[in-house]
Amino acid sequence: MTLGLINANPIVHAKKERIARTEDLHGDDATTDFVRDIRDPEHPYSLEQLSVLSEESITVDEKLGRILITFTPTIQHCSMATVIGLCLRVKLMNCFPPHFKVDIKVSPGSHANEESVNKQLNDKERVAAALENPNLRQLVDECLYSNEL
Amino acid sequence: MDLFEGNLELKEIQKLEGHTDRVWSLAWNPTTGVSGIPAMLASCSGDKTVRIWQQNGHSWECKAILDETHTRTVRSCAWSPSGKLLATASFDATTAIWENVGGDFECVATLEGHENEVKSVSWNASGSLLATCSRDKSVWIWEVMPGNEFECVSVLQGHTQDVKMVQWHPNMDILFSCSYDNTIKIWAEDGDSDDWHCVQTISEANNGHSSTVWALSFNSKGDRMVTCSDDLTLKIWESDSKTTSPVGDGYAPWIHVSTLSGYHDRTIFSVHWSREGIIASGAADDAIRFFIENKDGLIDGPSYKLLLKKEKAHDMDVNSVQWISKETRLLASASDDGTIKIWELASLP
Repeated sequence: MTLGLINANPIVHAKKERIARTEDLHGDDATTDFVRDIRDPEHPYSLEQLSVLSEESITVDEKLGRILITFTPTIQHCSMATVIGLCLRVKLMNCFPPHFKVDIKVSPGSHANEESVNKQLNDKERVAAALENPNLRQLVDECLYSNEL
Repeated sequence: MDLFEGNLELKEIQKLEGHTDRVWSLAWNPTTGVSGIPAMLASCSGDKTVRIWQQNGHSWECKAILDETHTRTVRSCAWSPSGKLLATASFDATTAIWENVGGDFECVATLEGHENEVKSVSWNASGSLLATCSRDKSVWIWEVMPGNEFECVSVLQGHTQDVKMVQWHPNMDILFSCSYDNTIKIWAEDGDSDDWHCVQTISEANNGHSSTVWALSFNSKGDRMVTCSDDLTLKIWESDSKTTSPVGDGYAPWIHVSTLSGYHDRTIFSVHWSREGIIASGAADDAIRFFIENKDGLIDGPSYKLLLKKEKAHDMDVNSVQWISKETRLLASASDDGTIKIWELASLP
């Protein structure tokens, strides 16, 4: 077991300029605003700064009440991918009405265990159990409510 | 009464509110709802409690809240065949046994041993054995001893991922388990050696599911089984019921009969087969669907057809559907929306 960082030297990008939005509270762009400032589990940068998320990552179908998020872990073997997925799910649970269906995936080819990561991220029983785990919950909360950015 | 497509409706009788988190699972007390005994339903939830609901005339009331025992989500519950004991499986890695003493429920035993979340619990037909399963990939068989003692008689390893549900066959001591590893495993005892082993694995290679298998249920005769999955299908399986011996040359393997696909468009979490032959399924698309055997075209073997669908049965995912065990068409459903609904499958006037 390594004590070091999974990805010690991530590439950091600039934050995109914020546009004040008056309409479309739950559209794709507004949803991007909800999630792009989530802090990376390893680094004091946002998911947007590390290009884990971009504006193309999120599709919202308000009529059907469905959200699809595709994120790109910084490295192929990122063991933090499931934590990032949990953060995204909790954040969207807090921002959207409860009946919205959320699917979270890593972008195709971005992770060595793509299929198993995707399966785990969308098994709601495992998500529920993970969020009852105090250590994981703390990690998720730190990413969601970080002041480091 | 014949079941014809189009002349049935699903009538909501009552919405039961009280749980403060998603409701995961339901169980009807098998000894109630007959001979004037009011029907009794147990529900368990992410709020760490179990609630006992009882019919009072035309409505249902919460009669008891079983709390301060499980410290995490209560994932599943099951009544013993006598209706006196209720077993509850929790993410806190324990299974609790509750005794109904004149309407009060007392925790009389706590079964420990699983490494992490217990996901399902099931009593065998005689009430002498209990099975539990967990994210630790194992299935445990417990023998019910006098004085509310439970002794682990076997730990079954075989699944490669967490085990979602265990279910005993309705009249034989054969145990079925289904898993995140996409398979269904069937376990039987070796003659009189007290040793349990896997006698069949149903995987994608033999017409099985291509993703997590969440639940399974048997028809009343016990010769057919239905399974439901994250692959959005329901599958029907058949075994030669004339064979009673589960082991050796006598074991009659379960064979794929039919696949029902194209109905639910999100994960199917629950399936339950009524005594009169109606299959109910509940899914993450918030809908409940009903299927029956299609008796019209037997040339290509048995097939099943949609009888009725109820879109938006709940505001959120449907986690459990359970027919009352008696000869009425009452169904209970449980949801992420925190409610339970009692339904009647009624004929249109």
